[in-house]
Amino acid sequence: MNEIIEVKYALDTFYFLVCGALVLWMAAGFAMLEAGLVRAKNTTEILTKNVALFAIACTMYMVVGYHIMYSSAEGGFLPSLGFLIGAENTAEEAIASGGDIYYSARSDFFFQVVFVATAMSIVSGAVAERMKLWAFLAFAVVMTGVIYPVQGYWTWGGGFLSAAGFSDFAGSGIVHMAGASAALAGVLLLGARKGKYGKNGEINAIPGANLPLATLGTFILWLGWLGFNGGSELVLSNIDEANAVAQVFVNTNAAACGGVIAALILARLWFRKADLTMALNGALAGLVAITAGPLAPSVGAATLIGAVGGLLVVFSIVGLDKLKIDDPVGAISVHGVVGLWGLLAVPLTNDDATFSAQLLGAASIFAWVFIASFVVWLIIKAIMGIRVSEEEEYEGVDLAECGMEAYPEFTSSRK
Amino acid sequence: MLNKNDHSGSERGQHMKLITAIIKPFKLDDVREALADNGVQGITVTEVKGFGRQKGHTELYRGAEYVVDFLPKVKIEVAVDDSSVESVLDAITQAANSGKIGDGKLFVTPLDDVIRIRTGERGADAV
Repeated sequence: MNEIIEVKYALDTFYFLVCGALVLWMAAGFAMLEAGLVRAKNTTEILTKNVALFAIACTMYMVVGYHIMYSSAEGGFLPSLGFLIGAENTAEEAIASGGDIYYSARSDFFFQVVFVATAMSIVSGAVAERMKLWAFLAFAVVMTGVIYPVQGYWTWGGGFLSAAGFSDFAGSGIVHMAGASAALAGVLLLGARKGKYGKNGEINAIPGANLPLATLGTFILWLGWLGFNGGSELVLSNIDEANAVAQVFVNTNAAACGGVIAALILARLWFRKADLTMALNGALAGLVAITAGPLAPSVGAATLIGAVGGLLVVFSIVGLDKLKIDDPVGAISVHGVVGLWGLLAVPLTNDDATFSAQLLGAASIFAWVFIASFVVWLIIKAIMGIRVSEEEEYEGVDLAECGMEAYPEFTSSRK
Repeated sequence: MLNKNDHSGSERGQHMKLITAIIKPFKLDDVREALADNGVQGITVTEVKGFGRQKGHTELYRGAEYVVDFLPKVKIEVAVDDSSVESVLDAITQAANSGKIGDGKLFVTPLDDVIRIRTGERGADAV
């Protein structure tokens, strides 16, 4: 009997670790997607942002965030402050629990920490091409150390939203809508890129420099999402759970496909041609849409949920531009608008969820993250400013912030 | 090593021209072959953008309109002796012609001198 407990512990721990590694790989996806959708002169800076935010997220969550999220009072609202990530389970404890303790504590931290980095990474695309790098990193410290963990506590950490029946399987709200809320706060204070919107209401296109990278990034995210949703089942080691995980994988993939098809068809009908960037955003929208509830729906329903996400994201991207909210990669649309749809779609196929609980959760998460982020952005803006100068923006943040070009073809002087 | 006793090509009575051709990119191979057939041994090729009377058009990027003004072209520069100018112009014109708008243009400019860097040869010897 003990041996079975040990093997299941090892298997479920391994599952957490592998899924966590897949979610870590999503960081590469975001980096490539964003690098592909900004202009060449701003590529080095956004890559630097992506690498640095990942490191900051993991460190801040280790220092303070994990404790806030998972060691605060059950059913509560105010988190408790504490540090570091606690002790590991011993074999004796696990066996004595009869299998209730079925995974390594460290593996749980590892699986959670990569989600924080994902949420933070959503912000980097929306503020691209005109935000000061170090202002962004300063915000990342607070977002990953405090803002994200607090609403993570309210939900997955057992706080009041969890007690109210809020259901968000892998984080359409907790990760994606939260990231988008922080992004929206930043973008409103930052302003649009110079030349994006004309004096008479024109919306000017600023095409991305490298669509192969953007596509690669999307597929990397698609792959990583299997870990994102699959791992959120949290258990693998019995027949029911193994079946559940398989269902989650299948539904996650199906939703992405539905998103691509819907976005591509809509783009073709609306813009007369196949807009690759809309198809890519459509895939991600499908993935975000299913993330709140990838287990309960049938495969067909999952495809449709993803398809609705794909339609919503196209409308939202154009709509935000009409509102003069400049989002170079569509992050607010993909993760915010569709994140909300993902939350509201859960009660459609899951009887344990209710629209009222979902709305309460969505409103709470949005209000907390948006307002807290807005305040932090304001403080950073007052202390150091959040936007580069007009000349720096014109010449490109690669030179202004990083001192190196991403594609230094013509002018390198070699000794 | 430039030979300072050598005067410029025009003083020695040698006349050369620089032919600059702007052509459609997919015609480059055809033009290169035609030039080789005509005895032209060296060319310089640059990727450029431009338009003449073939104006651009508008496209949509994520729902926002933008104008594609400048079209990709290829610029070829060849230095030729006066005696070869007409046949080279003919060769390029034939090879680069697709009959559609945007085929490009040829420019002929006088060339004061040509020097081969490795040997110092000047004038017709360097072409």
